[in-house]
Amino acid sequence: MSSPAAAAPADASGTLPELAGVYWRRPVTDRALRQTGRRWTLSTVAHTAPFVVAAGVLAWLRPVLAPVSIILLVHAWVIPELYAARGANVVRRRRRGDHPAEPVALGLLGDLVDHRARDLHAGTRLVLERGRLGTWLIAEAGAVLVRPGGRRVHCYCVRVPDPDLPPSDRTAHLLLALRTDEAGFATVANLAFSGARWRLRRRLAKDVREALDAAALEARAS
Amino acid sequence: MSRLVRMDQTGHTTVAEWTAEDPAAVATAVAAFRAELDQGYFAVVSEGEGRAEQVRELPLDAPLVILRRPIAGG
Repeated sequence: MSSPAAAAPADASGTLPELAGVYWRRPVTDRALRQTGRRWTLSTVAHTAPFVVAAGVLAWLRPVLAPVSIILLVHAWVIPELYAARGANVVRRRRRGDHPAEPVALGLLGDLVDHRARDLHAGTRLVLERGRLGTWLIAEAGAVLVRPGGRRVHCYCVRVPDPDLPPSDRTAHLLLALRTDEAGFATVANLAFSGARWRLRRRLAKDVREALDAAALEARAS
Repeated sequence: MSRLVRMDQTGHTTVAEWTAEDPAAVATAVAAFRAELDQGYFAVVSEGEGRAEQVRELPLDAPLVILRRPIAGG
């Protein structure tokens, strides 16, 4: 960075100060993310497999109970869908209507990103940011991490707790925190969903799907 | 001209402007910077995609220093 002119040492640790508030959490690393992904998959299987097995057993023992089996299978399908919906919520636009200061905030956010990211934000309200852990989509109250390869996503709830800020300022807060310390950002944030990208994509609005596709493209190239 | 801006409910507010060759402006900017940090803001210098640095003293040659609020898990 720019050399400090008057006794201006940077934060030597390079970590987010917000980490002090979640000292009990294990720092997020590439390995930790892989483990988290596997745990989410196992958890989902554990939640759904009993319904599938019960549906099969019932239908086999008593074909007349096939309608019950169908209900059980619907349950097995709905559970992961609910998880994915929770993940989709992190990139949902929080409030309708225009904040009077949004154009000013948008100008500052635009100064922080390149042309491609600006264009994507104009259409989706999401900022695409490449990181070491994958490709991020940053919203005003959450972020989606598309892991390298583009198949798995991690959705995080994270926000700046100031309700008066315009949406683009909220996004800029998250973007700057992410750039300062990507692993720290993921540690501070609350994980809302980890799973297959296709499952999340189905729960997103059309314009947000385009952003997710762009992030997946970046993630596949990384 | 370097700028110290604070992200707030107005979008952003320019807290101070300075050039390294103007000691009075520098002194004013440093005082304003410290006052904002005392209010709980964090100061960040963005260095393009993927990189930003949090600073605890005002980097006089940075073109833009941004003050942000702490973030938290939602």
